Amino acid sequence: MIKHYLWMVSLLVSTSLFAAIDTYEFSNDAQRERFQQLSEELRCPKCQNQNLADSNSGIAKDLKDELYRMVTDGQSTQQITTFMVDRYGEFVLYKPKVNPMTYVLWYGPFGLLALGAVVVLILARSKKTKVAPKEQAAAIEHEQRLKDLLDKKHD
Amino acid sequence: MRRILLFIPFVICVILGVFFVKGLSLDPTQLPSAKIGKAFPAFSLEDLIKPDDLRSQSQLTGEVRLVNVWATWCPTCKQEHSFLNKLASTEGVKIIGINYKDERSKAVQWLKRYGDPYQFNVYDNKGSLGLDLGVYGAPETYIIDAQGVIQYRHVGAVDNKVWLGVKEKDGSVKLEGLKAKMLALGWNPQ
Repeated sequence: MIKHYLWMVSLLVSTSLFAAIDTYEFSNDAQRERFQQLSEELRCPKCQNQNLADSNSGIAKDLKDELYRMVTDGQSTQQITTFMVDRYGEFVLYKPKVNPMTYVLWYGPFGLLALGAVVVLILARSKKTKVAPKEQAAAIEHEQRLKDLLDKKHD
Repeated sequence: MRRILLFIPFVICVILGVFFVKGLSLDPTQLPSAKIGKAFPAFSLEDLIKPDDLRSQSQLTGEVRLVNVWATWCPTCKQEHSFLNKLASTEGVKIIGINYKDERSKAVQWLKRYGDPYQFNVYDNKGSLGLDLGVYGAPETYIIDAQGVIQYRHVGAVDNKVWLGVKEKDGSVKLEGLKAKMLALGWNPQ
């Protein structure tokens, strides 16, 4: 039992050691936040589907070092993303830029929503026009019966 | 008319299916290089074997060449090395090496042991040239035209399959590998 417990504790310790591997020193919180944000928005080219912050691969480490250098140099987000895209392509951006190549990505969902709305409208409309004559006939029939009943009473 | 409309979901499924089936045969690890059609990045680095010689991008012009990014820590580089030797010796391909994030002594030892297919090697131990090239994993092989413009990138080992790139299209056999690409750029094999 104790053995198991110790084993579990040792697992906890090992992850905290891993977390301590890349610590970067920043002179202010704003820089630290920008570094954090950018390393989460930039994608690791090697270990796909991981961002730079989460990845332990060599290239991610290099790019984090480069990112750290640029952030502490005071470069703008624009400058940093241009640097990365120039070398690794649009692929590295988890938040792709809005340009003709990514229009479908950005506006596609709205287009589909609009398409859905149009389909629903058309369906609703066609049902109405189809049902209307029947309802009208029913209404006329009702009126007739009411009239008949009333006439009967008067007799 | 109404009946035809009922087929719309089916048609959409078929179209999506075509995309999905195509997606199965795509390799997501093969990224398009952001550097295609651009000049080889400027650099000034030591030669691997002769540290006193400085190498720069101007030495990559004049001929169609392969630029091969390699390192001794990379198992796939070892795998492709004998094929690179063959390309250099029997096909007369001019290959420039970039020794990427490696130790000089180990790399020199490697070339002595396994043969040296390179015209020269750029010693990029810090990976700065690799970074400017957008290298994300060795080995990578680039085709550079006579003007020093990057025309193609292959990620992974270069072997006979990659070199020739035999493809069957409409019943005829076509070569679409690195060799065909180099020839199209005016490469003159000797």
